[in-house]
Amino acid sequence: MTTFTLNGEDYEFAGAEDTPLLWVLRDHAGLTGTKFGCGAGLCGSCTVHIDGRARRACIIPVGAVADKQVTTIEGLARDGLHPLQQAWLEEDVAQCGYCQAGQIMAAADWLERTPNPSHEDIEKQQTPLCRCGTYARIRKAIFRAADIRREGAVTLVEPDGQEVST
Amino acid sequence: MTALNRRHFLKASATLAGGLVLGVSLPGRGEEKSGSVGEPAGPHLAYLVQIEPDGKIIIGATGSEMGQGVKTSLPMIVAEELDVEWDSVTVEQMPLGIKRDSEGNLAWLHVSQGAGGSTSVSEGWQPLREAGATARQLILQAASERWGVPMGALTTDRGVVIHTASGRRAGYGEFAAAASALPLPENPPALKATENFRIVGRSQRVVDAEAIVTGQAEYGIDASMPGQVYASVEHCPFRDGSVASFDDKAARRVPGVIDIVPIEGPAPDEFFTVLAAGVAVVADSTWAAFQGRAALDIKWHPGPHADESTASLREQMRQALERPGQVVLDDGDVQAAFAAADDSLAADYFVPYVSHAPLEPQCCVVHVRDDGADVIAPTQSPSGASRMVNRLTGLDRMAINVHISRLGGGFGRRLTVDYVAEATLISMAVKRPVKLQWTREDDLKHDFYRPCGLHRLSASLDDRGRLTGWRHQLASPSKYYRRPNVEADKMWEAELYPDDPPRRLLPNVQLQYYSMQSGVPRGSWRAPAHYANAFAVQSFLDELAHRAGQDPLAYQLELLGESRELPYEQHGGPVFDPGRLAGVLKLAAAKADWGKPLAGSQGRGIAGHFTFGGYAAYVVDVTVAAGELRIDRVVGAIDCGLAVNPNGVIAQMESGVHDGISTALRLEITLEEGRIQQDNFHNYRLASLRDAPRVVETYIVDSPHPPSGVGEPPISPLAPALTNAIFAATGQRIRELPIGEQLKS
Repeated sequence: MTTFTLNGEDYEFAGAEDTPLLWVLRDHAGLTGTKFGCGAGLCGSCTVHIDGRARRACIIPVGAVADKQVTTIEGLARDGLHPLQQAWLEEDVAQCGYCQAGQIMAAADWLERTPNPSHEDIEKQQTPLCRCGTYARIRKAIFRAADIRREGAVTLVEPDGQEVST
Repeated sequence: MTALNRRHFLKASATLAGGLVLGVSLPGRGEEKSGSVGEPAGPHLAYLVQIEPDGKIIIGATGSEMGQGVKTSLPMIVAEELDVEWDSVTVEQMPLGIKRDSEGNLAWLHVSQGAGGSTSVSEGWQPLREAGATARQLILQAASERWGVPMGALTTDRGVVIHTASGRRAGYGEFAAAASALPLPENPPALKATENFRIVGRSQRVVDAEAIVTGQAEYGIDASMPGQVYASVEHCPFRDGSVASFDDKAARRVPGVIDIVPIEGPAPDEFFTVLAAGVAVVADSTWAAFQGRAALDIKWHPGPHADESTASLREQMRQALERPGQVVLDDGDVQAAFAAADDSLAADYFVPYVSHAPLEPQCCVVHVRDDGADVIAPTQSPSGASRMVNRLTGLDRMAINVHISRLGGGFGRRLTVDYVAEATLISMAVKRPVKLQWTREDDLKHDFYRPCGLHRLSASLDDRGRLTGWRHQLASPSKYYRRPNVEADKMWEAELYPDDPPRRLLPNVQLQYYSMQSGVPRGSWRAPAHYANAFAVQSFLDELAHRAGQDPLAYQLELLGESRELPYEQHGGPVFDPGRLAGVLKLAAAKADWGKPLAGSQGRGIAGHFTFGGYAAYVVDVTVAAGELRIDRVVGAIDCGLAVNPNGVIAQMESGVHDGISTALRLEITLEEGRIQQDNFHNYRLASLRDAPRVVETYIVDSPHPPSGVGEPPISPLAPALTNAIFAATGQRIRELPIGEQLKS
């Protein structure tokens, strides 16, 4: 039995402790926003937060998160949207969208510690793979999210240029 | 299919809530007889337009959304003619809709579904407009009868019917129930003039954007059916190998493992069902299935291709090119042109096998019952999935329900439905709903790869370096893999597009093909054939320009000449306009400061290509220092006719840029002793954000032409623009992909 905090609530998993956290989240907790891409910690689609730090859930045995705080994309924003989610909408980043939860979870960790990122920071720290090729917009969205965090901005810019208050 | 000969049968009926639903079917297939798959049942939307009495408007997304944007752009077309507020529309994915006509033939229930060849928008444009306009007309007719005023006195504005004379206004929902009882108009109503468009032509956000960023969007991997079990298959690592024997005792002891199901591979020389032989482990969770699979002990028969290697295939290609090939185009007299030439040049270009590698590994859920089947699949070919289940089970097509989930990438991989076949066979064996999950290793080792190929281009030139003759020889294993219905002398048709430029731009053009044998499965990979041919042709033109001492852009513009319509009989026709290709080259060049000097270690390259009806070009700026390549800036231009969703068109260009870079930099699939050597992203290294240019700009030609698709045209010209830039920076000509370590030598 492994117990941990999942998106702010207690969670118990009765299966084997070597089960990867990813499959506990997906098959048992019913949280499918965390995606399976490689099973080897290479692509980042399964990125979640463990005690606030971005980790790749496909290579973390659930036993290793006992008594820890696990946050998935479903629990990233407790109220409304996280600045990164908002920025992702403004820049309309997603194509197939499969990697984007992992992209956002990865950025949500390092942006906390690098609130004014440079191009170099983004290139070094934003490592999840995107197969569709949304990197140009991911870059823009991270810059935008940094702005939102600074400004506490609440204006959503539509793709057609219209501004909508949220 | 042209707009002129397209007539449609539409069908209206009431929703459960008493609103209007409207379906549209393609013509000439007769009336339905014995019911339809995909009609509304319970909560599932099956019709293109649904208007509820409370005014809620639901528009069905007919195609498969894999990132190319059709779940947004196709409903936008309907909404435009329906004349509703786009932000008030709910878009829902439609299941596969088919029907059986009076002659017993199967036909689409609404419009063709699936996604391939960049055809969704071009083929859907007219029928989807008519569907929206017809629904609007029915609402107007109902309002006219209710209010006792002539229809001509009514207008609509954003989902509201207006009687201008009296000032009366009411939402569409007020008339939905009455409209559903009206007969359909005999002819499609008049369509909007394009200058009156309010939705089409304006940038709209991806409809599922918020669901995606909050983890709520449902992909194939997220689908489930009550009572499902989980399956994973250990596949034979050899092409056309088979299971010699296996010991499953340890696997059966793994907690959660329910059953073991051997899977036979496809019969030799027949069209495939599954891709490879294997042994399936069925369990109560994905992880238990993976664990059980790891505990299997399988002995394989290696099959007929156990000796194949990349090195041996390349050597065979090289040798083949020394012999005369199959002449598939012979304009003018190429031999005479070469005999009379002042100069000539020849160069070989190689493109490797590559994998599709969608980030979501293959998966689906299939339940085969006694009286029917249910499929939920991330597929580009829902009708292919339906046919596959029919073929394996014998169930009537009308009893097979296929639901299309969102796709975590497609790129052509999901035009094949081998994974649906696997899940079907397993479900037949265990008689339960089966959720099949491939691993990344399965996905990279068992793909329908983009064919590799060795291209030899030869040019005869006059005393000013201008082309007088052109020969393109290609040795490749054709994309037509295991297609018993394709004659041996037609294998080239998937690899060479004779009407591509430079045909008809000079008098003497010859194409030769050499059909190579390989056990490696091949299939459609984004812009099939075009990625490879654009690399070879656009690189060679750059080489010719440099040999002539001319600016590469000027050299190519002189070759293309003025705007005119040339016949184009392959997919993407019926015409090719070299002026439109020149147009995107000029636009990209102008925006990218073409001709402006760069620093010593920098270089700028240009390339353009016509793919499936669309024209795209890039200018790429690179820096190469100490063998390290940095791509600084990419400026793209596209002419796709009317851009239905400009934001989506730009996204596809950006996708072409990054996919093009990713594939050119490092990607290749290789074989040793019959085994694929790549198995995960550490040795199949997709581009990361670090590889991506900091500046990517896209410009859309303001075009009077009807829309063409944008999923594939953006990728073809990227690689040659990149390698031409590398040449400009370093003098090193990249003639072989991927670029890999070549700059370090």
